[in-house]
Amino acid sequence: MAIETDVLIIGGGMAAGWAAIAAARAGARVIIADKGYMGTSGVTATGGPNHWWVAPDPARREEAIERQSSKAQGLGDPEWMARILDLTWRYLPTLAPHYPFGSDGAGGTYYSGVRGSEYMRALRAAAIEAGALVLDHHPALELLRDTDGRIAGARGHALRARQDWEIRSHTTILATGGNAFRSGLIGSRTNTGDGHLMAAEAGVALSGMEFGPSWSISPAWASTRTLPYTGAVYYDAAGRELDIPPSRAAGHAHNRALGHAMLNGPVLADLSHAPEALRPILRRIQPLTPAPFERRGIDLFRDRFPVKLFGEGTIRGTGGLDLADAQCRTSASGLFAIGDAATRELVAGANSGGGAVNSAWALSSGRIAGAAAARESLGRKGALPPAQGLGRIAFAPARYEAAIDASAIHRAVDDEIHGYAHVFTRDEANYAASGARLEAIWRELSDHGRASGAALVALRETAALVAGARWTIAAARGRRESRGLHQRADYPEATGPTRRQLVGGLDTVRILSQQAEFA
Amino acid sequence: MIAQILADRCNNCAQCVIVCPTFVLDDGPQHPVIARIEACQTCYMCELYCEQDAIYVAPDQFAPEPEVDPAPHLGVIRHDHGWDRPGEVGHLDEYRKLGPLLGAGAEIAAKRYQAQRSRA
Repeated sequence: MAIETDVLIIGGGMAAGWAAIAAARAGARVIIADKGYMGTSGVTATGGPNHWWVAPDPARREEAIERQSSKAQGLGDPEWMARILDLTWRYLPTLAPHYPFGSDGAGGTYYSGVRGSEYMRALRAAAIEAGALVLDHHPALELLRDTDGRIAGARGHALRARQDWEIRSHTTILATGGNAFRSGLIGSRTNTGDGHLMAAEAGVALSGMEFGPSWSISPAWASTRTLPYTGAVYYDAAGRELDIPPSRAAGHAHNRALGHAMLNGPVLADLSHAPEALRPILRRIQPLTPAPFERRGIDLFRDRFPVKLFGEGTIRGTGGLDLADAQCRTSASGLFAIGDAATRELVAGANSGGGAVNSAWALSSGRIAGAAAARESLGRKGALPPAQGLGRIAFAPARYEAAIDASAIHRAVDDEIHGYAHVFTRDEANYAASGARLEAIWRELSDHGRASGAALVALRETAALVAGARWTIAAARGRRESRGLHQRADYPEATGPTRRQLVGGLDTVRILSQQAEFA
Repeated sequence: MIAQILADRCNNCAQCVIVCPTFVLDDGPQHPVIARIEACQTCYMCELYCEQDAIYVAPDQFAPEPEVDPAPHLGVIRHDHGWDRPGEVGHLDEYRKLGPLLGAGAEIAAKRYQAQRSRA
């Protein structure tokens, strides 16, 4: 039997938490369906999000927005930036009953940076206290569309109960996070772009998908947070110091140089140059960072150890579902998108939003969509019309059912998006070759993929990973210039046009439009 | 990847089954069982939430390492988070230093790079 609610939130990360609180406080019945456990799933739980944090002084805000607009390289929207600064400043401190905010060292409270495990635990508690129902291990598989053409909820599979579920809702919010393309980035295994796939099946396009990739440095055997690395010295296997520009060098020169060196063999890090003040307190700030070293018997501030760059996909990029209005509605009626599932181009433009802008975006887009979805739902009381599932790929094969080698597909997708070998040769021919390889994988999935239950959850994740990679490559190929995170060998200059670019489609991926100029 | 659930410490509360974001564990008669290790992302969340300190996650995220003595590491992650002392305040008082320490490291690297350039 189907459950009914006013607002269904798919995903359980920080944007979902803030949306649930806003919607429930506005009087709506709210269900959060998370594929993992709301509190540990997604990249926030193992991270430490800083929030874009500027006091409500008009001159300081204006200056911050100008600085951010300059980083966004012509693609940001100053009005959106002002909104997220305002909402973040007002709402982050409201988590105090559930989050143990620390001292600012000057007699006050430090709000802007929070530790992910405590932050997500607090958001879960606050959402439940506000009245939201949290369903853990309830991955969504497809959206529902009713006979009026509205998105009317979702279907999925409850992993622990081993049962399919259906939730009918007046409004649906996608808070499924970004797509890490199964790079192994810490906390990102559940970030497979499921919401992007489901929304695309409802006809929603994506924007900003061309702005990436970016990477995070870690020991070769485990992705960790990167606090101890900013002062690191790097060596090749023979012990020769590598010429690596500093971590904050322009044009992502640091990661590019590291990636280039790794193409020639193992790279070792020496963290003995890290700030002295860090050593005694690292484990109190980032308790998960020392663990992979201690458990290997390595002194991370003394011994050299091999490192790897873990791709950050659209999490550190800016791409995601295109938004149709200032309330985070998508082009599909009844459907909203927030956090990393949505485009962050409006606040980050062509560059990574970094943790701070993306976190402020997640909080603010959650608040905005939660309140708007509650208003819309409460105005739509009455019987729900019949609805149909929109899921196609992996539900039924276009030709005949055959086994799919998902691990091989995941490796291929991660390599097409994050492989160092591509970074220095990104040009028309390289994109065409990547696109053709991904096209063949999509065709295989489409022709032969079929599963049910937990296996369908996994196969839909695989399909979402491939779909995300196809949009990424198509969008990068479509933007014939270099700008921000998007760097091409054949068009190395930022020549414009300074416009947002939409990409979409499933069986056929295409650039849909070049949107109106900003700034 | 998660390596061991220690039967002599586990009280089978199933909290780890519930909190695992990638649904690696199943309920078991005496203690939860590691049912889908290939889905483990080595995020340590099961260790953090285990009030019995009965779980050991091995450090390699790419390959299982079941044969390790977990004793020195049990409970360390939960203790470092302060989750074993819920009444105590101030666990996050150093947290404000994260940003400045990132900046200090970047400054060290930038100065070193500059010095190497000017020598060359």
